[in-house]
Amino acid sequence: MVTIRAQHIVVELGRHPAVRGVSLDLYPGQLVGIIGPNGAGKSSLIRAMLGLVPLSGGAVSIDGSDISRLTRRDVARQVAYLPQGQTLHWPLSVERLVALGRLPHLGPLSRLTAADEAMVDAALTRADVLHLKGRIATELSGGERARVLLARALAVGAPALIADEPLAALDPGHQIDVMDLLRAQARSAALVATVLHDLGMAARYCDRLILMDRGEAVADGPPAAVLTRANLAHVYGIDAWIGEEAGRPVILPLSRV
Amino acid sequence: MSARRRHPLLLPLLLLLLVLAACGSVTLGAVPIAPSRLLAVMTGGGDDVARAIVIDLRLPRMALGLLVGGMLGLSGAVLQGYLRNPLAEPSVLGASNAAALGAVCALYFGLAQMHVLALPLLAILVALIAIGGLFLLAGPSESPLTLILAGIAIATLAGAGISLSLNLSPNPFAAMEIMSWLMGSLENRSYAHVLTALPCVLIGAALLIADGRTLDALTLGEDGAQALGIDLRRARLRLMLGVAIGVGGAVAVSGSIGFVGLIVPHLIRPLTDRSPSAILVPSMLGGAALLTFADIGVRLIPTTNELKLGVLTSLLGVPVFLVHLMRERRLW
Repeated sequence: MVTIRAQHIVVELGRHPAVRGVSLDLYPGQLVGIIGPNGAGKSSLIRAMLGLVPLSGGAVSIDGSDISRLTRRDVARQVAYLPQGQTLHWPLSVERLVALGRLPHLGPLSRLTAADEAMVDAALTRADVLHLKGRIATELSGGERARVLLARALAVGAPALIADEPLAALDPGHQIDVMDLLRAQARSAALVATVLHDLGMAARYCDRLILMDRGEAVADGPPAAVLTRANLAHVYGIDAWIGEEAGRPVILPLSRV
Repeated sequence: MSARRRHPLLLPLLLLLLVLAACGSVTLGAVPIAPSRLLAVMTGGGDDVARAIVIDLRLPRMALGLLVGGMLGLSGAVLQGYLRNPLAEPSVLGASNAAALGAVCALYFGLAQMHVLALPLLAILVALIAIGGLFLLAGPSESPLTLILAGIAIATLAGAGISLSLNLSPNPFAAMEIMSWLMGSLENRSYAHVLTALPCVLIGAALLIADGRTLDALTLGEDGAQALGIDLRRARLRLMLGVAIGVGGAVAVSGSIGFVGLIVPHLIRPLTDRSPSAILVPSMLGGAALLTFADIGVRLIPTTNELKLGVLTSLLGVPVFLVHLMRERRLW
């Protein structure tokens, strides 16, 4: 169990402020969606919460300890990260790639133990890619690769998972699989936060949505409270049809306003 | 395609090649020495001529071939892994030329006569500056082209510096000596050279070999590696120091020898699971064997002047470089 707290964080990329004073707390057991238009600062926000970009202001803490005082290894054991549109630089096998997720737990020069290998297999199974174990990761289809990279993040076995657009390049069936998986992960008392572009999926699956606009969090709450016509018009500049299905909002973007 | 693993015979084969290269380096040369005389020398006897040739000329030369080749092979493998670029290696990135420039400066300004350590230290220092500059220039850019261009700029600059000293050198003998740094050679080396190279190569290799896991994590890019708990700033520092000390020390005794660090990892990689860590030790062994074989080659190829080692490795290496540069699909 782990909580991540961001207080008034400011991130500047070059001179451009990407995140301007966002405060939010992420708790275990919740699936949190971070939404917003392109360039709203979603990726910068989560990279800041992982300590991957220097903060120009504010502070991030993991379970009460300031992230700047934690070693990279401490953070890595607590929070698994699935970056956006990841390039693979060497043609590793799927098994080898997913096993990279065990790195934060390995001592120098030690080898993978049977327990590590069991974690790798479990992660492959959960992401539904066990059958790809012997394939070369760079030779997979976009959807297969996305799920293998998700398995890599799961293999860390961290109590928190932060994913950046895990649904990109997936067909609807696999989108649902991944969202089911993220929700199941949250239900097993993990902290799960993910950047999403698909408002429909965000509305259906997330327990809480954070709407980002020009570096600020302009709305934060349950999907029905965040995904209002007024918010969508103001932030995305779109008119959308908002319906309901089994007690969950359904969003269908219609036109520009 | 099924999963690739390390070929079970890879390490035994490399060790065998290493032993063959070492034996060949002691037995073969411009002056033929019969096996019986050789054996006599090895067992502590033998005639004076054979002793002088084998003990004072061939043994240090063999040791240097192994040390320099191993260091070049290892740094090639490490740089390719760190920079996620299969074209990276000390000479392509300018580190070898920079180290040679440092050595030439030490000679040119007479520092080498003032203290024995001046030459290797200056070679290491200039190599360090070059690698630091390269990492700064190429920055976090993931483009292979930026890096190669930055490397070519540094290599050319360092080469120009050496040429300048050649241009301004007071007499033809000094010019000849400086020229040999550009071409690289293991001719007429003594145990003093071995003693210079040995600590540098050991320290460099120790710094580089420990970071295999960092290189593996970098398969996922810099963010991915950091999110796996890698402290990239420290890793980068270790790696820069390792390459500078190792390659600087190697170049200080052999001159700039190109392309060993490029060819060897490419020959090794298909026989492993292709992860950057898997090629480190094999590339070191392979580099040692390859350079020693090349050095036997330059001794046996009948030319009026002995062929310079760096010339031979470049002639072998450039085709490999071009083939990979032209392959558009990233299938290495």
